[in-house]
Amino acid sequence: MSEENPHVKAREFSVLYRDRPAVKKVTLSIVRGAVTAIIGPSGCGKSTLLRAVNRMNDLIPGCRTEGELLLDGENIYAPGIDVVALRRRIGMVFQKPNPFPKSIFDNVAYGPRLHGRLTRQELAERVEQSLRRAALWEEVSDRLHTNALGLSGGQQQRLCIARALAVEPEMLLMDEPTSALDPRATTRIEDLIAELRGSYTILIVTHNMQQAARVSDYTAFLYEGDLIEFGPTRDLFTRPREKQTEDYLTGRFG
Amino acid sequence: MRAYYSTRHVLDRAFSGLGYGSVALMALALVALLGPIIGKGLGAYWFRGTVEFRLFVLERFHRGNAKKIGIEHREAMRAREPFWAVLRAFEAEMESDSALRRRVGKDYHRFQSHIRELLGPIPGDSPPLLMRQQYGQTRWDRALVKRHQALHIEEWDYGDGTGMGVRVWKPRRLLYAGTALEPAFDLLENHLEAMLRPRWTWYGRFLTDESFDAHFFGGIWAEMLGTLCLTVFAMLVATPIGVLSAIYLSEYAPEGKLIHLLRLFINTLAGVPSIVFGLFGMAFFIHALNVTPSKSVLAGSFTLALLVLPTLIRASEEAIRAVPQAYREAAFSLGASRWHTVATILLPAALPGILTGTVISLGRAAGETAPIIFTAAVSMGEPLRWGRLLTAPTPALPWNLYNLCTEHAAVDEIRHVQFGMALTLVALVLLLNMAGIFLRARVSRQLKV
Repeated sequence: MSEENPHVKAREFSVLYRDRPAVKKVTLSIVRGAVTAIIGPSGCGKSTLLRAVNRMNDLIPGCRTEGELLLDGENIYAPGIDVVALRRRIGMVFQKPNPFPKSIFDNVAYGPRLHGRLTRQELAERVEQSLRRAALWEEVSDRLHTNALGLSGGQQQRLCIARALAVEPEMLLMDEPTSALDPRATTRIEDLIAELRGSYTILIVTHNMQQAARVSDYTAFLYEGDLIEFGPTRDLFTRPREKQTEDYLTGRFG
Repeated sequence: MRAYYSTRHVLDRAFSGLGYGSVALMALALVALLGPIIGKGLGAYWFRGTVEFRLFVLERFHRGNAKKIGIEHREAMRAREPFWAVLRAFEAEMESDSALRRRVGKDYHRFQSHIRELLGPIPGDSPPLLMRQQYGQTRWDRALVKRHQALHIEEWDYGDGTGMGVRVWKPRRLLYAGTALEPAFDLLENHLEAMLRPRWTWYGRFLTDESFDAHFFGGIWAEMLGTLCLTVFAMLVATPIGVLSAIYLSEYAPEGKLIHLLRLFINTLAGVPSIVFGLFGMAFFIHALNVTPSKSVLAGSFTLALLVLPTLIRASEEAIRAVPQAYREAAFSLGASRWHTVATILLPAALPGILTGTVISLGRAAGETAPIIFTAAVSMGEPLRWGRLLTAPTPALPWNLYNLCTEHAAVDEIRHVQFGMALTLVALVLLLNMAGIFLRARVSRQLKV
């Protein structure tokens, strides 16, 4: 985990919705293979920042960016960037589990079918491997061809993680992945994040500070679009440098 | 307790009462409409057919047991023999009695023509030209009407001074009292069954038989085939255009004045009277584009496709828009292109809604009359043949139903065909709708758990 070679680096990076800035001139480096959490009160721009990394904000009309966002040193907002190729390298897990109304197998196989020319055998292996990594294989191996919407919320979310992993990304973006789940399912997802750490760079948005403290190596605190503080999680939670961070962590606002 | 009489409560009851009332009224209207259509329409398929019917089917369609029908026909002919004998005796009497001839000669001619309609040519007639004159009545219900006309003289009584005539049926036998024709009336009254041998007949081939002599005989195959071809080709044209337009409008179109205007146009198009579509179809497809030199299935299908497009586009767009945004985001985040997302996620999820729109449009296209008057439909015509499926004009159920009810030379004689056509059209549309509902249910079941 070297800080010399950041996986993602934001340099004076802003996101604007119809000229109203949601993320203001943020500069930070995300360490390869580490779990980085973004915390902050509702509406502070943490989801916007997360979605900027795989350019999901492109779908929102009137949304534009300023500054640079570098993935392995390459500005992903430079003209001529292949967004499809970019999204292949960066998987995403959403707030609400959103499996497709297809079978479990087809859900996981969706990404690989899109990109690679795998044989049936390879595809089946990829699906199994992804489901194992997402700690779901044991539960669904006997009903791969039933509809994914029949799974519980927590299983659906792990299926979404498996679906993202099946594309073999370098990085995972998680947008409050446990906010729609019960405590037990939440624990499973958090355990899963701990297992995936090291193999993937993980960027997770959460409004649950305990979760950030439990799962992340680094934490960024965002407030009204400004990056207030960024550093190793332990330091930020025990010895915050900024007054605002301390106020937020102690529950004085948020 | 007093709350029961509060204004709010009374209003509430009044509204639910109105609701129930209108539902009941609608059900009543439906029964009142469908009752006669089904009741009388079934008469085209299920009726008491006479020996003339069986003879006609044998001679024109080569169906039925020739030997049995031959025997039956000979027996019927034998039963008519006494009747012909009476007629001959009376004609001989008229030969010798010129006063009698002057008195009843004209009426006897009318009587004879009623008999020809009832039993077919009278022995000694020269072979008739029209098919309807070559056979007697094929249906017992029609035979009874003809017998009534033969047995009675129709007179109009203007006696009440209002100038409005009242129809009076006077027994014809009174005119011929004391003549040699008198026994003929008894024979008609008591022995007609032996002369025509009615029997309950299931004529399922009404659907697939060609018609003869302007629908006096046979079925409605030409109309059926025409409607099927028009509908199928119209949907083949309209569905891809409609769904692709819906995809463009919901997924690609930039929100702006132009798209807003386009939507407005599409909605307006849905409200344009269908006769206008018909005229436009003729002017555009036949005269301007010259897809065919005259009316044709092709021109009619294009016009019908145009007619159902707005409905189809709107239904499909609604269905595609209703697919949760989360599916789009998930697909995009996995690196799917916009088109790929549409093809693999949005269309399958929107399929039930699109199917519903398609089926509604299908029913509409099958039943529309005005658009095909100028572009495809002809009142009398051959069933479509393979080689000219698209380029030939064709009869079609809705238009020919109207035509047979209003412009046919003998509207009254073919009521059963009119009702049979109405029933078939209603059943066809109902069947298409049911198929759509069934398909939709299947597809949505696959999408859910």
